[in-house]
Amino acid sequence: MGAKTLYDKLWDAHVVRENDDGICLIYIDRHLIHEVTSPQAFEGLRLAERSPWRREANLAVPDHNVPTTDRSQGIADPVSRLQVETLDKNCAEFGITEFKMDDPRQGIVHVIGPEEGATLPGMTVVCGDSHTSTHGALGALAHGIGTSEVEHVLATQCLIQKKSKNMLVSVDGDLGHGISAKDIVLAIIGEIGTAGGTGYAIEFGGSAIEALSVEGRMTVCNMAIEAGARAGMVAVDDKTTEYVRGRPYAPKGDVWEQAVTAWKKLHSDVEARFDRVIQLDASKIAPQVTWGTTPEMVVPVGGRVPNPEDEGNVVKREGMQRALRYMGLQAGTPIGEIALDKIFIGSCTNSRIEDLRVAADVVRGRKVATSVKQALIVPGSGLIKRQAEQEGLDKVFMEAGFEWREPGCSMCLAMNADRLEAGERCASTSNRNFEGRQGHGGRTHLVSPAMAAAAAVTGHFVDVRALL
Amino acid sequence: MESFKRLTGLVAPIDRSNVDTDAIIPKQFLKSIKRTGFGPNLFDEWRYLDHGEPDMDNSQRPVNPDFVLNLPRYQGATILLARENFGSGSSREHAPWALLDYGFRVIIAPSFADIFFNNCFINGILPITLDELAVDRLFADVALNEGYTLTVDLETQTISLPNGDTMNYKVDVFRRHCLLHGLDDIALTLQYIKEIKAYERRRRVEAPWLFPEEGL
Ligand code: SF4
Repeated sequence: MGAKTLYDKLWDAHVVRENDDGICLIYIDRHLIHEVTSPQAFEGLRLAERSPWRREANLAVPDHNVPTTDRSQGIADPVSRLQVETLDKNCAEFGITEFKMDDPRQGIVHVIGPEEGATLPGMTVVCGDSHTSTHGALGALAHGIGTSEVEHVLATQCLIQKKSKNMLVSVDGDLGHGISAKDIVLAIIGEIGTAGGTGYAIEFGGSAIEALSVEGRMTVCNMAIEAGARAGMVAVDDKTTEYVRGRPYAPKGDVWEQAVTAWKKLHSDVEARFDRVIQLDASKIAPQVTWGTTPEMVVPVGGRVPNPEDEGNVVKREGMQRALRYMGLQAGTPIGEIALDKIFIGSCTNSRIEDLRVAADVVRGRKVATSVKQALIVPGSGLIKRQAEQEGLDKVFMEAGFEWREPGCSMCLAMNADRLEAGERCASTSNRNFEGRQGHGGRTHLVSPAMAAAAAVTGHFVDVRALL
Repeated sequence: MESFKRLTGLVAPIDRSNVDTDAIIPKQFLKSIKRTGFGPNLFDEWRYLDHGEPDMDNSQRPVNPDFVLNLPRYQGATILLARENFGSGSSREHAPWALLDYGFRVIIAPSFADIFFNNCFINGILPITLDELAVDRLFADVALNEGYTLTVDLETQTISLPNGDTMNYKVDVFRRHCLLHGLDDIALTLQYIKEIKAYERRRRVEAPWLFPEEGL
């Protein structure tokens, strides 16, 4: 048998059947569900009088629409409330485990999957959400699906899929002090572009990826989709198994030992061939800041807003001009001169405990700049929130002038009450800076948690390394 | 799903790359629990001058006269011409639902985002990938000729231009078959119940941790 990549191994282990033309039926081990992309799928199931194929393979949580302030009053917006209630009803009707809004384990679906041990190495993991790629950090094959596919997985535990090509993004060398996983992945997207990974499954490897915590690897895999790849993944190592050990849904006893033995094989063989290989030098990566309306519009914090006139490609140039207009920026402006109205630290990209710790380290003993109208910290899950409170991080943030919120997607996409007003500029640790993403007319700059914290206390972008 | 064999239709151009699904259908409309009714909010932020919310009467809203789909010459278009990486970002199937509800059955672009591409087929929309030069030519043709129509044939995998030229494209055998016959994926997969069960039996032995007795 030939040498295989990690993706080949994960794929091969899940093929139920293959057509002559390469279309496969793929078995899905874990299906995560949230309130936005599932109602029509459950409705379809009901109309066809079908029931879930394997109830216990599903785990549901409301996250997009939930309020991040006091929840005792429920959800004020009736449309949001109906969507969350519909999820509750569907899960009750079909017998699917759900962490409801008032459950201490509730949180962003991509944060709670790994946190609960509900996503494990070697699994196929899907969810009606493009950032499902996050779970690939555990050595799983994880990707987003549409609502019809949500229904398909519910009904059959399978998906109809064609295999992607293999890409390796190898990041080697030592990351500088104050530089994080977020900077790595923004630098990667800056390099290959938002369509660079289209048609590929990306494996992130190299010594800099190995040196990251599992949480950091989640940040990187989270944004694989922003590079155009449905799935991102990292090989299993001791950090992965240590991360999983003892989690509520992780295997126990003999089965644990058996699982760990199997998981140790979840890496690309030395001889494995990739269709495309990208190499990055970690030591050259500076803190990254996006200036435009796609994640590939990114520069190091010491840089300037680029000039569209320097771009040869017409479609690209017009895209840059449009982005500058939308963002209210002038070509040539130093990134450090961009002032912020709001700060958002949260989302499935950067709301885990280590993100909050890093941000707190920057904030400790400082105050949110008076020019900043609002600075939000939204932990990724109830358990992370509790952990942070035990460590006293909530106090650090609140003393500095941040708001300490309940877990959820929040201002990452502004489906709840947290949002930017038109023209407001935000340093955000989320993953998308699209037009209107954080609120109609809102202007988003994507950064790491440390950089968002630094922007909060100075009121403008600044190289966080100067504050450490 | 409605089958797709052949369509002659008016072409509307969206001349920008990386059109993401947030732009195709903004998040506030995702609060719906239905599959239909998204058409009036397709490209909402570009199409109207005010900020749209789900409960609004769209016919009363101020439209953006400069947005291409609002131009009289493109009313009734069923074929959308687009640039690279169309449908990037969120996996929301509301994007193809909105395009379909508006009336688009075909989208032509140099490249599509993977999840969106797949979601199109499942909903009876034909996404066609053509090389950049061909797409450039179509953009130029559309701009010059009011009432520009194309005939898209899925059986022969060809696009016929008004001047008689044809362009060829390729669609996966399986996807083409499903679209031509309007087949439902779930019904297809359920023909293989035996295989799925056999796979599960094998995996239960190989990887018992994936089938814990207590479940979730
Ligand atoms: S945090 Fe943002 S990107 Fe992540 S699942 Fe929620 S809305 Fe999507």
